[in-house]
Amino acid sequence: MRKTGLYLLLLPGVLFLTLFMVIPIVMTIASTFYQDGSFTIQGYLQFLTDAYFLKIMLTTLQVSLVTTIACVLIGFPAAYYISKLGPRKKGILLALAIFPLLTSSVVRSFSWMIILGKKGLLNSSLLAIGLIDKPLEILYTPTAMMIGLIHLFLPLIIITLVGVMENIDPDLLKAAESLGASKLIAFWKVIVPLSVPGLIIGSILVFVGSLTAYTTPALLGGKQRVISTFLYQNAITLNDWHLASVIATIMIVITFVVIYFMNKLATKLNPKG
Amino acid sequence: MQEKNRGLALFTSLVFLFLLGPLIIISFTSFEPGSVLKFPPEGFSWRWYENIFNVEMFMTTFKTSMFVSLLGNLLALLLGIPAAYALSRFDFRGKGILNGIFISPVLIPGIVMGFAMLKYVIVVYNLPIYAGLLVGHTVLMLPFIIRVIASSLSNFDFAIEEAALSLGAGRLETFFKVVLPNIRSGIIAAILIAFLESFNNVDISVFMTGPGVSTLPIQMLTYVENNFDPTIAAISVLLMILTAILMFIIERLMGLSYFTKR
Repeated sequence: MRKTGLYLLLLPGVLFLTLFMVIPIVMTIASTFYQDGSFTIQGYLQFLTDAYFLKIMLTTLQVSLVTTIACVLIGFPAAYYISKLGPRKKGILLALAIFPLLTSSVVRSFSWMIILGKKGLLNSSLLAIGLIDKPLEILYTPTAMMIGLIHLFLPLIIITLVGVMENIDPDLLKAAESLGASKLIAFWKVIVPLSVPGLIIGSILVFVGSLTAYTTPALLGGKQRVISTFLYQNAITLNDWHLASVIATIMIVITFVVIYFMNKLATKLNPKG
Repeated sequence: MQEKNRGLALFTSLVFLFLLGPLIIISFTSFEPGSVLKFPPEGFSWRWYENIFNVEMFMTTFKTSMFVSLLGNLLALLLGIPAAYALSRFDFRGKGILNGIFISPVLIPGIVMGFAMLKYVIVVYNLPIYAGLLVGHTVLMLPFIIRVIASSLSNFDFAIEEAALSLGAGRLETFFKVVLPNIRSGIIAAILIAFLESFNNVDISVFMTGPGVSTLPIQMLTYVENNFDPTIAAISVLLMILTAILMFIIERLMGLSYFTKR
């Protein structure tokens, strides 16, 4: 096939993305370095020295980190269990994990408002059994955001890990056991290392996803700001587009730094080399 | 091992209770006859389902969401099918970079993309909000379309294409009569996956709404801010039914393995 034909196939898509994605993103980043026609990094200095901004940043990182760790700790055993099942049961459980993933984040976050609210299911149950004597304030706190985000991303890490664990040769486990390793040791020495690349990819998805999620913090976080709701607030409510662009750039940088280093780590730790 | 398996089974059941419980609870509350969300509901009523159809904004935004997701899907197919074909069929210089560009809309945080689009597509390019929304959703769907179609092309034996070509069929004819029919189920799955992504999208849409233009998820967000009646629960149930139906079709077409591969 002639080269021109090939490029003609790619051109419409590339042109469309350049016009509507690349240029908007690049110009947004570039705009953070210019104010009133001259070069400046004032926007970033302002961001990095303001206690309120830093607190938002810290909350965001904390929430994302806890969410990621929780998803790994909960998702790993569940994924291992699912990966060992027969095809029929495995298919059903995977479908049940994928269903929430495809369900609107508004629906999923809203369901937690019903559960975590002051008069919600959790509080009314705890009050009824007498475990607490006044309602807990969970909704509109970082805890509520974490619960919502774990609910949002747990399926993602489970299905990623099942995908990886399925490909681990079960004979390896048998071999380890026949050489005298106990079940637990065999699991630790065989399954865990071979799952590491999938674990890292899953963690990237969860961490970056939590860092940039909007709906869940907007619904469950109340006045608690995280970086994405802060970006929205500056862009739409406060109309401070310069600051919003700075926040957007910081989000892109963090995202790419995380993806870059975690990918490096995944390659390094890949036992298949 | 039996002991440990039982422990793991119990643990996994609890995980699924955590994942699905909230969705079951929201379904029950949608039948609450009173005007405050309660679980368990104090009776049974279709009242809030009727309310969806009485609140005009839900109907309008539902139509907008449908229109944007379907037309955007068509646009993404027109741009994506040729690109997916070129990327999986040929080796050429710059392929890696192009692959990267086509996948990048999923790497850039949605909220950042929404803001950048508001600044450039709406303000600088001066597109009307409705058109901006459509463009935004097309960009959003493009990587899903390309990824799913490229993966079904990777299972397609291009020798069949060569055979058709050597028997005298033209390139275009071969593509439409041999290649496309062979990857039909992949294309339909791609359409459905992209549709779900677009229909549920908040991050981009939240910037692309303005006077008279909004999508269903954004309307739901706005509604929740001011009301806490079971209407949103009722809509949620309808959306979950839609999701379940589409997921069932995707499963039939290509299996759910697309979701487990990263």
